[in-house]
Amino acid sequence: MKPASYPCPLPGGAAASEYALTFDFSRKYRVLIAPALFDEGQKLRRFTVEVMRRLNGAGIDSFLPDLPGLNESEQDLALIEPEDWRMALEAAGRHFAATHVLAMRGGGLVLPGKLGGWHYAPVKGASLLKTMLRARIIASREAGREETLDALMAQGLAMGIELAGYSLSGEMLRQMGKLMPGKQPGIGVVEHELLGGGPLWLRAEPDEDRSQADALAAILAVGVSA
Amino acid sequence: MDTTDRKLRTILADVLGLSHNQVAEFTADTGLFGDLPELDSMAVAGLLTEMEDRLEIVIDEDEIDGEVFETYGSLLAFTQAKRDAA
Repeated sequence: MKPASYPCPLPGGAAASEYALTFDFSRKYRVLIAPALFDEGQKLRRFTVEVMRRLNGAGIDSFLPDLPGLNESEQDLALIEPEDWRMALEAAGRHFAATHVLAMRGGGLVLPGKLGGWHYAPVKGASLLKTMLRARIIASREAGREETLDALMAQGLAMGIELAGYSLSGEMLRQMGKLMPGKQPGIGVVEHELLGGGPLWLRAEPDEDRSQADALAAILAVGVSA
Repeated sequence: MDTTDRKLRTILADVLGLSHNQVAEFTADTGLFGDLPELDSMAVAGLLTEMEDRLEIVIDEDEIDGEVFETYGSLLAFTQAKRDAA
């Protein structure tokens, strides 16, 4: 496993170097990972890397890029829109010469075009936002402040909002709320139930699960040459 | 153990990373929010979304106060009432 980087296009035509975790041995099959978004990205990172380790063992290269504004990225998330993530994934796919894509949860909402592959446990953009809005309402209530879903959404759309530690612009909220996991040609849906066990994005504390990582990697290992 | 009870325990097992045996030991008095430090606002929010999906109920934010999540018994009673009303 090696840290690498890729040239990531930014809004306004600029570019930045973003970090990527890679298993790159110039092999035939090369899987680009579209990471889960926001809090789920943290919860699923360990699981994602465990899947990459297993792919490596099966002779498959893989690449886990940071999306601008998330993880180690130095870009200001408040300036980022979902389309920027799609462009980042396209750039990473080109840079690493990916042959397939594996999207985790919300990562499948910003899939790069052209590449075929898999989408693990699809989720609507609106559901991701709703869970983060709820977390904020619950935390505020504990602190003695009453907030409502509608009022927070209206405020967020007008001037942006911080949810679960993520600064989201009005445009991010507007676009993310409309994104639906699509039936993109060449992308096979892997529902969580297929892996067995409890979904790791739900865990209060990030965790891993060997049998789930085994199962997802096995689906890819069989599928790449199909 | 009825369906709602069983499904609710499974969701809690998934959120808390507990085994089915461990959540089977939950009683009506088992403390949740406040007693389990890992059950923070984000975890509770995920729990609510998952309850809506798996138990086919709709939860309004106004209905969620600290008391609902205080113990397993209060959460089960809330969920049961929601399902009965659905």
